Amino acid sequence: MAKNKTILYALILAFTFISPFAFPDFGTQLATLWLMIIVSITWDMTGGQMGYNSLGNIFFYGTGMYVAALIAIGLVYDVGDYTNAAGGGIYKFTDLQYFGGMFLGVLGAGLFCSLSAVVIGLLTFGLRGPYFAIGTLGVAIAAGELVSNWDWVGGGQGIALPVYPGDLDTGKVYFYFLFAAVGVSTFLFVKWLYGTRFGAAINAIRDDEEKADAMGIHTLRYKLYTWAMAAFFVGLAGGISAFQLIHFEPLESAYQTINLGIFMVVCVLLGGKGTLWGPVVGAILFHLFKEITWNYLLGWQWVALGALIVVTVVYFQDGVMGWLEHKRPEWFGIKIEKKVAEQAE
Amino acid sequence: MDQILGNIGLLFEFPVVNLKIILDGIMVGALFALAAYGLALVWGVMNVKNLAQGDFVISGGYVSWWLVQHGFPALLGVPIAFVVMWGVGWIIYKLVISRVIERDLFTSLLATFGLAIMMAQILNLMFGSDTQSVDLDYDVLYFFDGFIDVPIAKLIGVLMAAALAAGVIIFMKSSRMGQAIRATAQDARAARVMGIDTEKVYAFTFSLNSAICGAAGAIIVMVWVIQPFYGISYSIRAFVIVTAAGLGNLPGVIAAGLGIGALEQYGAHIFGIGYQQAIAVLLLLLVLLYRLIQQRRNRQVLK
Repeated sequence: MAKNKTILYALILAFTFISPFAFPDFGTQLATLWLMIIVSITWDMTGGQMGYNSLGNIFFYGTGMYVAALIAIGLVYDVGDYTNAAGGGIYKFTDLQYFGGMFLGVLGAGLFCSLSAVVIGLLTFGLRGPYFAIGTLGVAIAAGELVSNWDWVGGGQGIALPVYPGDLDTGKVYFYFLFAAVGVSTFLFVKWLYGTRFGAAINAIRDDEEKADAMGIHTLRYKLYTWAMAAFFVGLAGGISAFQLIHFEPLESAYQTINLGIFMVVCVLLGGKGTLWGPVVGAILFHLFKEITWNYLLGWQWVALGALIVVTVVYFQDGVMGWLEHKRPEWFGIKIEKKVAEQAE
Repeated sequence: MDQILGNIGLLFEFPVVNLKIILDGIMVGALFALAAYGLALVWGVMNVKNLAQGDFVISGGYVSWWLVQHGFPALLGVPIAFVVMWGVGWIIYKLVISRVIERDLFTSLLATFGLAIMMAQILNLMFGSDTQSVDLDYDVLYFFDGFIDVPIAKLIGVLMAAALAAGVIIFMKSSRMGQAIRATAQDARAARVMGIDTEKVYAFTFSLNSAICGAAGAIIVMVWVIQPFYGISYSIRAFVIVTAAGLGNLPGVIAAGLGIGALEQYGAHIFGIGYQQAIAVLLLLLVLLYRLIQQRRNRQVLK
């Protein structure tokens, strides 16, 4: 069994490396798929494992975009002047400035998002259930609206970043591997995390927070740490997205509450909440569905997506992994004693 | 910053401006209060948080707009929108909502979010993404040397909203169905034991909510403009009002609706119209934080 698992992981890793060269036409699509996987896994950290359904994780994505862009620009030029000219071509970046700015910007985006997760968490973690979801949704919407009125960061126009200095195809592969690296490390990180005492503690919070509190778990601290970790990875992904998209604006691409902000939740529900592989499987299925409807059902794609959300939530809430666990428990290391099973029947 | 201070100064220099803002706010708020009352009804009776509330409003507006395009008088749009949206609400209840009542609260939130996306898009495909409105050929009343203008159309809108609210209140207080709804909200299991068909009550409540929203939308299309994607802003305001006022507290809902309408107009006056949506959302966060601080005194959380 362990051998099979190693082979499976090796195959997935090999596919990760080969896919951008095997399917060069889909370079950007594959990068977006990794983005979906990252945001889904991190949403599941709080939503699935800790029982706090946030609708505002998109806040970290948008904030990551802005922080990364502002750091990269601010290191070389005055931000106010730059956004005023709307990247009008006068501003040149050398290779060192571009890659150095990107590295520091993306890292800074992750750290800033962690910090803001702690601050927002202190304010909102007293809310439970739907109030937490509405409260965090409110934070994300408010942030988008405020940023779009903030002229120093470009207002509703957004920010235009410099273009990748090499040729277009290498750029696509480059961004693919950036996303893939963050995605793989996110997956390995949560895989390790869920096996530790910390993972057990956040699961306890999900199952019964009052009891967890009574057992001596400092629940608020655990909740803040978990959200800060999730926000770190989303912030990284947002920062990379900013450079990949080149131009972004606050309401449609950065704080896109009703697009990516809700997609990540649907991905997790589709794949299976509170499982390790669920978010990954869900993100892949959802992305496939989205791209197919976008190509063949033009005009009706949003209706199809809305219908997918409703159907998933209402009829298929256990997700693919939950369904598999029910059908094939032995794959998940759950042993059902023959005798007990017979007695049950 | 100077501009903001200037705008505040204007309020003290010309006190009449305050009156105009408050009047505008009350007119806006009356319609918010209608949508919020529907939300509070559904939330209280069947514990479903309907994020598609605003899209019901917009759909009602389009029903009325479509009628006017086909030669019907505008005022007739309100009752017809009420009836049409009643049917739409009943279909949505049977297809989706009836299956999420017993589930956890996040389920209803997400399912109705999916519904909201679908409805907005279907409206967009049917009627296009332009803003639409219905022009009523009524005069505008002027007070205080033309400082305050009150279009009669808006006045009619507010009166119709008030009449609708009064009708719903009387219905809930005195009719047999209204009693059954209130009993189910108090204790669904006990209501079942006493012989109330709760399934029927749920279907009725959701349809009623949808119909109230539809009528509110038909009024809105006469007074302001509608657009397929405006729904979310009405949903947010409905949530602000219900969170502030609490469930099953109709006077509270009306007061909160009018108050939020006025506060929003003040905010838009002071900070600029671009901040109007942000102010509505920030009010929601403030209300949540305030309630949280209240609960913390008793070491409780907001559930």
